[in-house]
Amino acid sequence: MTAVTTGAMTLPLDVEPIRAQFPVLHQEVNGQPLAYLDNAATTQKPRAVIDAVSGFYERDCANVHRGVHALSARATEAYEAARGSVQRRLNARRPGEIVFVRGATEAINLVAWSFLRPRLQAGDEILVTEMEHHANIVPWQLLCQQIGAQLRVVPVTDSGELRLEALDGLLGDRTRLLALTHVSNALGTINPVAEIVARAHARGVPVLVDGAQALPHVAMDVQALDVDFYVFSGHKTYGPSGIGALYGKHEHLQAMPPWQGGGEMILSVTFDRTTFAAPPLRFEAGTPDMEGAIGLAAALEWLESVGLERAAAHERELLDHATRALRSVPGVRIIGTAAEKAAIISFTMEGAHPHDIGTILDHEGIAVRTGHHCAQPLMRRFGVPATARASFALYNTHAEVERLVEGLHQVRRVLGR
Amino acid sequence: MSDLRALYEEVILEHNRKPRNYMKRPEGANRSAYGFNPICGDEFTIHMTVEDGVVKDVGFEGAGCAISTASASMMTQAVMGKTEAEAEALFEAVRDLLTHDHPDPATAGRVGKLQVLTGVREFPMRVKCATLAWHTMHAAMHGVDGTVNTEEPEEHHQCAIGGGH
Repeated sequence: MTAVTTGAMTLPLDVEPIRAQFPVLHQEVNGQPLAYLDNAATTQKPRAVIDAVSGFYERDCANVHRGVHALSARATEAYEAARGSVQRRLNARRPGEIVFVRGATEAINLVAWSFLRPRLQAGDEILVTEMEHHANIVPWQLLCQQIGAQLRVVPVTDSGELRLEALDGLLGDRTRLLALTHVSNALGTINPVAEIVARAHARGVPVLVDGAQALPHVAMDVQALDVDFYVFSGHKTYGPSGIGALYGKHEHLQAMPPWQGGGEMILSVTFDRTTFAAPPLRFEAGTPDMEGAIGLAAALEWLESVGLERAAAHERELLDHATRALRSVPGVRIIGTAAEKAAIISFTMEGAHPHDIGTILDHEGIAVRTGHHCAQPLMRRFGVPATARASFALYNTHAEVERLVEGLHQVRRVLGR
Repeated sequence: MSDLRALYEEVILEHNRKPRNYMKRPEGANRSAYGFNPICGDEFTIHMTVEDGVVKDVGFEGAGCAISTASASMMTQAVMGKTEAEAEALFEAVRDLLTHDHPDPATAGRVGKLQVLTGVREFPMRVKCATLAWHTMHAAMHGVDGTVNTEEPEEHHQCAIGGGH
């Protein structure tokens, strides 16, 4: 890394020019400027992504891999270049280790049915954690039900960190996979993935990491972490929805049978037999989401141009500010106080149901998420039916944190607390 | 602020602070049903004592937002002492009032004080909050077993969940 780059990384993020690149942020909601604090659900899109997608439609739209004409060649080149962008972002060894899918959920399902199902037997175990999103619970449950396997769960502490001391006891001879999130969508906890992978591998257990919440915030190196599978969604990292990627180690993908049939995943078909393409095309049945892939690559490159470290530092400041400020609001309880956190704050407020908080904040132009965040087992763990959640992106400001706090005082006033 | 005040009417806030017939399982309760909104986690159980076709007593327990709690509280007051037919008509009227932009003009007269719930019409995401207790009461009265769900599930798949806790 050059000295110039290092210098740039230490500069604080100038948020206004960043905000100027997001058309959606410049609007009023209920007569108030929009403060969009629901970034863990989806992030907004910069002009670079919008232009990349519309540019594909305006200049290059053709099906990939099939045509010999110019537009098809350009579309194919852009699509495969997008694969290269994802490879670089994750530091995968080769582009072939990147499979384009609809999102993190589809990627998990792909691994469940193509990788794990053939090697899973009755009585085997799949290990997940108590802080998983439903998308990293339900596919494994469906598999358990079919095979007669069992789901086992790594518990979390009161502060929302994984109880690592329980991990070794849960990693048994029958454990066939450990699936865990890199960053909790409901708590913000950043899990020590490298250490967990090392412990699992010591017992011969492959590891899938759900990076949906991590990729917009933290640097990623699948080789350094030695993860077997890493999945993420484009729309949570400033890219389009309906596109995401599965990273799988080359040897795993090579050994995995096709998941869905049809289209470019096929080498040749007779009515007697079909031969399949090598990965990653083996797993990309049908016409892929070309504009999604191109938009995703634009998003990853845009974030790189901003500087992930600078963005992360800015988000860390927002998190610290918001944590301090929310604690000053009477009755607020923050759920998830891990030492290592992404800029996500889940909270409850005495005498105010999260949905009332959400409605009243919306009236002030402030968008937060309320509900169980598709992590119902985790909500039960903390004894709450739901929380309100403010989640920050690099375009959020300290002024918006102050508006959130003032909004919570307004909640208290409206509800007569 | 004005439309927010329409949602959070003082009457609603008051019922939310002091819900009537809350945490009450009437003596001799012979009807009950559990209502659940999986989107937000609101859940209420309604218990009723119905004798000779009349709602002699009713109570509820559970937890929800201000709108759902107030609606449940007001529901218990509204159906207390009504005949089953009257309670059924009230359920229909409230549902009509909350889910239609132009409810039957006669509806307003039938619901009386419950009209304060109409502010919810401007907040489509909150309509289910206001109707949950009513659907649950309706199920209890009809002796429907099991769970009232604001989202109709197609199937419940279950998987053995082992240790770790």
